[in-house]
Amino acid sequence: MIPIEWYLALSAALFCIGIFAVLSRRNAIGILMGIELMLNAGNINLVALARYMHPKLLTGQVFAVFVMTIAAAEAAVGLAIIISVYRNARHINVDKLNILKW
Amino acid sequence: MPQITLQHVAFAAVALVTLGSAIMVVSLRNIFHCLLFLALSFLGVAGVYLLLSADFLAAAQVLIYVGAVVVLMMFALMMTHRVMTTDLSQTLYQWWLAPLPIALGVFVILFRVYVRHGGAVFIPHGIKTAPTTGIIGRALLTKYVLPFELASIVLLVAMVGAIILAKEDRPDDPD
Repeated sequence: MIPIEWYLALSAALFCIGIFAVLSRRNAIGILMGIELMLNAGNINLVALARYMHPKLLTGQVFAVFVMTIAAAEAAVGLAIIISVYRNARHINVDKLNILKW
Repeated sequence: MPQITLQHVAFAAVALVTLGSAIMVVSLRNIFHCLLFLALSFLGVAGVYLLLSADFLAAAQVLIYVGAVVVLMMFALMMTHRVMTTDLSQTLYQWWLAPLPIALGVFVILFRVYVRHGGAVFIPHGIKTAPTTGIIGRALLTKYVLPFELASIVLLVAMVGAIILAKEDRPDDPD
């Protein structure tokens, strides 16, 4: 069987790519894409640890289902906010959005 | 000398697809191409779930992420962006100043923790649990029924909220 460190290293790498996307993207949709990558990394961690610690219980998989639900809701609300921002500002570049700053 | 099995080869392929397309997501200039590679990365994560014998989660990953989230993002992208004509830089100007050291630092910390404490605690054992759909469904409707109902409320609120946020409010509209 594959050592669990491989899964954890894969999830750590995916999480850090997600962090990089969130911090470096100018487009707001790119930031949302980074957040989705980070949520996926967390899900891999949950499923792998559940598989190796309690292979009969599947608690981690149930938790991953909830994470997916919240991720879908978050994507819907986030994209609605982005569309609303675009309607007011005609762009979604986060380095030029300073409406809330005074 | 650990033996290299088919499982190891499959893991290497799936990890390569996942990480490679994730790197394309953060490095390509055209945001539409980034979105397509994001879908490929989600498919790779579904492959990881299959390797962990989480068959229901793999199917849900394909349905929810590739089928719903990526398509939703594609709609939002089409509405906010002239996709094919743009060739602007997608990254911030000082992208190497803060994001790269932060991402690498987090990776080093996580990796050290996992490698140092991983193998000592968890002993791998190959118990077959698939198909997992029945077990997950029974857990969702008995032990986790309250979070299950709360998740449905969250989805309803998110749906109504998204409609209200994205709806155009015209002042001359009678209703």
